[in-house]
Amino acid sequence: MIINHPLLGPRDSAEFIYLGDASLIDRPDPEAENRDQAFYEYAYLRDNPAGEHRELWFHEGGDRSWLVVTRNTVTHEITEVEMARDVARTRGRST
Amino acid sequence: MTQINRLGGGQIDRATTLRFSFDGKDYTGHPGDTLASALLANGVRLMGRSFKYHRPRGVLSAGSEEPNALVELRGGARQEPNTRATTIELFNGLFAKSQNRWPSLAFDALAINDRFSNFLTAGFYYKTFMWPAAFWEKLYEPIIRKAAGLGSLSMKQDPDAYDKGFRHCDLLIIGAGPSGLMAALTAGRAGAQVILADEDFAMGGRLLSETAPVDDAPALDWVSAALAELSSLPNVRLMARTTVIGAFDHGIYGAVERISDHMHTPDEGKPRQILWRIYAQKTLLCAGAIERPIAFENNDRPGIMLAGALRSYANRWAATPAQRIAIFTNNDDGHRTAVDLHAKGVKIAAVVDVRPDAPSSYDFEVLKGAQIVNTRGRLGLTFAEVKQADGSTRILECGALGVSGGWNPNVHLTCHQRGRPVWNDDLAAFVPGRDLPPGMAVAGAALGEFSTHGALKSGAAGAKTVLGLKGRLPKLPKACDAPVSQTAFWYVEGCARAWLDQQNDVTVKDVKLSHQEGFRSVEHLKRYTTLGMATDQGKTSNFGGLAIMAELAGKSIPEVGTTIFRPPYTPVAIGAFGGRMRGMEFHPTRLTPSHYWAKERGAVFVEVGNWLRAQWFPLPGETHWRQSVDREVRQTRASVGVCDCTTLGKIDVQGTDAATFLNKVYCNGFAKLAVGKTRYGLMLREDGMAMDDGTAARLAEDHFVVTTTTANAAKVYQHMEFVRQCLFPGLDVQLISTTEAWAQYAVAGPNSRRLLQKVVDPAFDISNEGFPFMACGNITVCGGLRARLFRISFSGELAFEIAVPARYGDALMRRLMAAGEEFDVTPYGTEALGVMRIEKGHAAGNELNGTTTALNLGMGRMVSKAKDSIGSVLSEREGLNEEDALLQVGIKPLNPNDKITAGGHLMAATGPIDAAHDQGYVTSAAFSPTMGSMIGLGFLKRGADRQGEKMRLVSPVTDLTVDVEIVSAHFVDPDGERLRA
Repeated sequence: MIINHPLLGPRDSAEFIYLGDASLIDRPDPEAENRDQAFYEYAYLRDNPAGEHRELWFHEGGDRSWLVVTRNTVTHEITEVEMARDVARTRGRST
Repeated sequence: MTQINRLGGGQIDRATTLRFSFDGKDYTGHPGDTLASALLANGVRLMGRSFKYHRPRGVLSAGSEEPNALVELRGGARQEPNTRATTIELFNGLFAKSQNRWPSLAFDALAINDRFSNFLTAGFYYKTFMWPAAFWEKLYEPIIRKAAGLGSLSMKQDPDAYDKGFRHCDLLIIGAGPSGLMAALTAGRAGAQVILADEDFAMGGRLLSETAPVDDAPALDWVSAALAELSSLPNVRLMARTTVIGAFDHGIYGAVERISDHMHTPDEGKPRQILWRIYAQKTLLCAGAIERPIAFENNDRPGIMLAGALRSYANRWAATPAQRIAIFTNNDDGHRTAVDLHAKGVKIAAVVDVRPDAPSSYDFEVLKGAQIVNTRGRLGLTFAEVKQADGSTRILECGALGVSGGWNPNVHLTCHQRGRPVWNDDLAAFVPGRDLPPGMAVAGAALGEFSTHGALKSGAAGAKTVLGLKGRLPKLPKACDAPVSQTAFWYVEGCARAWLDQQNDVTVKDVKLSHQEGFRSVEHLKRYTTLGMATDQGKTSNFGGLAIMAELAGKSIPEVGTTIFRPPYTPVAIGAFGGRMRGMEFHPTRLTPSHYWAKERGAVFVEVGNWLRAQWFPLPGETHWRQSVDREVRQTRASVGVCDCTTLGKIDVQGTDAATFLNKVYCNGFAKLAVGKTRYGLMLREDGMAMDDGTAARLAEDHFVVTTTTANAAKVYQHMEFVRQCLFPGLDVQLISTTEAWAQYAVAGPNSRRLLQKVVDPAFDISNEGFPFMACGNITVCGGLRARLFRISFSGELAFEIAVPARYGDALMRRLMAAGEEFDVTPYGTEALGVMRIEKGHAAGNELNGTTTALNLGMGRMVSKAKDSIGSVLSEREGLNEEDALLQVGIKPLNPNDKITAGGHLMAATGPIDAAHDQGYVTSAAFSPTMGSMIGLGFLKRGADRQGEKMRLVSPVTDLTVDVEIVSAHFVDPDGERLRA
């Protein structure tokens, strides 16, 4: 596969390490009332869709960016590649 | 021996004679021959035995689709089984043997299987060898393996090298027949970066085998001119002998280039093959078509071939399997073969055409509305039995029979992304569907454009469309534009032992049987009968099987569908996939800066991750590793030892939020760590399990140096970047791995300070007061060389770790050894390191094994509740904090001569030994020269309260039961007085 890195352009997927579901960005609030349940779900429950999936990839053989790659798990078509840091910020993780 | 079946003409170099041997007999051929064409020219039709029934077999095709003529090529370590005689280029000294026969090809004792064919039908594996189960492994399987199967491996190391390479292009054209060549000319002239790949050693595809003119001249002239023009274009790369084996994601194609397969041995320094990874913006598949046979009784005798292949052998290779040949066809293409053979002087026994309205010929007899119903000839065809239109039988004497059931577009690569071909009624064949791999288009016969003109035009148009070129089509050469029509004719009514898949010995009868036994899905048919599962992947057989299955099920062929085509297109040597990654080259080998020093000292090395680390340093007279290791431990604990710990992961953490960041990744706190101090840190996974440990040294307010274990260095770095970028992107912190930048040495033992004082520049006070336990700092050594010093200890002794820029590692090691002579310094390796850390009760990889928590490791209180860190929430889960949780303990045998083994389990001193009474297990064990016995670390339920308890250590697997005592995990210096000395 080829991943179109937002900063570096098209790169072979062999340069990357795959982690999985990008929902790992949404780490629950450790102070929240329901934190036990929230962390349990965060650590163990993942969607595994046949179709479009937002995934975390690490550019280990490159600039060490974490990326959020939107990929169709059936066709492997990649429709969007974002810097995970930017995604995290837009999800309110910058504090 | 003379080449009795050599014809005139052909594209062979008769000026040069090549000698070769097959099954011990010597023959001659010419450059341009394949092994198959040369054998045919020498009058050899019998080339192998079939897989299951050991039926005599000859060559069926003239290309990579060949199911039958598989040989063992070359000898010795280069022996290569299951090699298709049709694709082997002849070279001088070629040596080949037939396969799957004993004692000889002409007399094969196992041909008896053919008599028992009723027992070896579809699914015989599943039916015959069911009982008793124990017989399978010992009796049935070895017998079947010996009887069935094809060639054998040499069992020796392949002496040749295989390479991998990467290429990029705007347009990859697969196949250099008329459509591929025309496409390459069109794209090349437009300036596109083009790769034209063809599996054959000569480019031209089907044009090399045909007599029809192009531009009123021999087609070869046009091919030569096209290749000359393409060679002159700097943006076009011609890759002959290159098979595109798969269409992978996002326009990536795998291709195997056979650099040296056509030579006796590779040229010096040249690889045997190269596996290319081609990144193509666009691809045009011009893979042509594969002729399909017709099934009839005993259609597998040597001499029975595809008609188009006969034509290729005659026209391209000037070879024929016999001087008298019959043709069996359902289409006009079969007649072309008869015309060409007749023109070459081969006698045509008759053309048997199933169509009542077949065309007539002045040159040979055409039996219209007739069918071949049986054949004769034990080791090669002698007679064909024809049922004529009026129902009468006629016997044709012939040494070869060309069969044509029409042509199938070669759709293989169009299906590698799960695309499905679609049925075309006009051609009675599958053509590429719409769901092609992204970026791929198809042209020529692969698209169903069977005329030469149609192929040329669709090649040019395909290149234009796929590249988005403007303007008109280039001028096309004049070529045959006769319409091609095909109808379906798969098998002769009433046949049973009529072969569909010759390589796996699957007959029409087998397909019928599998239907009868309820196998309705085409994928089930395939697996039950093994149709199409051989190395040829059923290139000539699948569609016949599908058609018969459809008929039996009362469905149409498109309703039944095809099985899935998967890469590789043709078999690929494992060597090509492995490339240079063999043996020690499987992954990079990392050497520490003082590796060569250690080698000079005679160190024994061990692979740790990618690193080579010194395991121990034997001295003269030491014959057993334990002698060396015990000595290294004793010398270190008595005076001083030096260990290379460069391989530990080192991560530089900088930024105003560096301490806040470390508070997140470590379960214990770092915010209050003073500058110039080091702290042990335990890293948890988010699920609360321990992930890794190490130290973090604060060199400045905003600068830490973190260490990781050798094995987890990459993983921990990745995790820390995840935490930084994905979870806390607002923190001002930067990370970089500096593992390779610093050479680092542990200097341990009561004399370690005195040794270091001889190396560290006098401006730096490293006395206990000036540089106490857990101190760290930037220093200089050896008169101004910058270095880092950490007062940390893994051994439990007074110890330091000193780091210098990597290029000074070797020099520092030599300096330490020289300066340490007066203290009887010893270098120590990973074994002594391991012994000393077990003696001290320090956890390592065996304890941080992914199933243990901070609590298990005896560090439960380290998990700070005052702050949030990765894993802190889930580490509080009830299940991880039960009263009888496993806790780290030390284990020693009651009898000092007894053995402690890692992996053994702890049971009460009396009572049953079973899983229900399991109390814990041993993770690490070693002989402790300090304690004078073996000792172990392990985990035991409520371990903290059980010191002094007598238990049994058991290992039912190794039949071990040892009486042990549970002790503190800190065997040496439990109060840490040595550390702080």
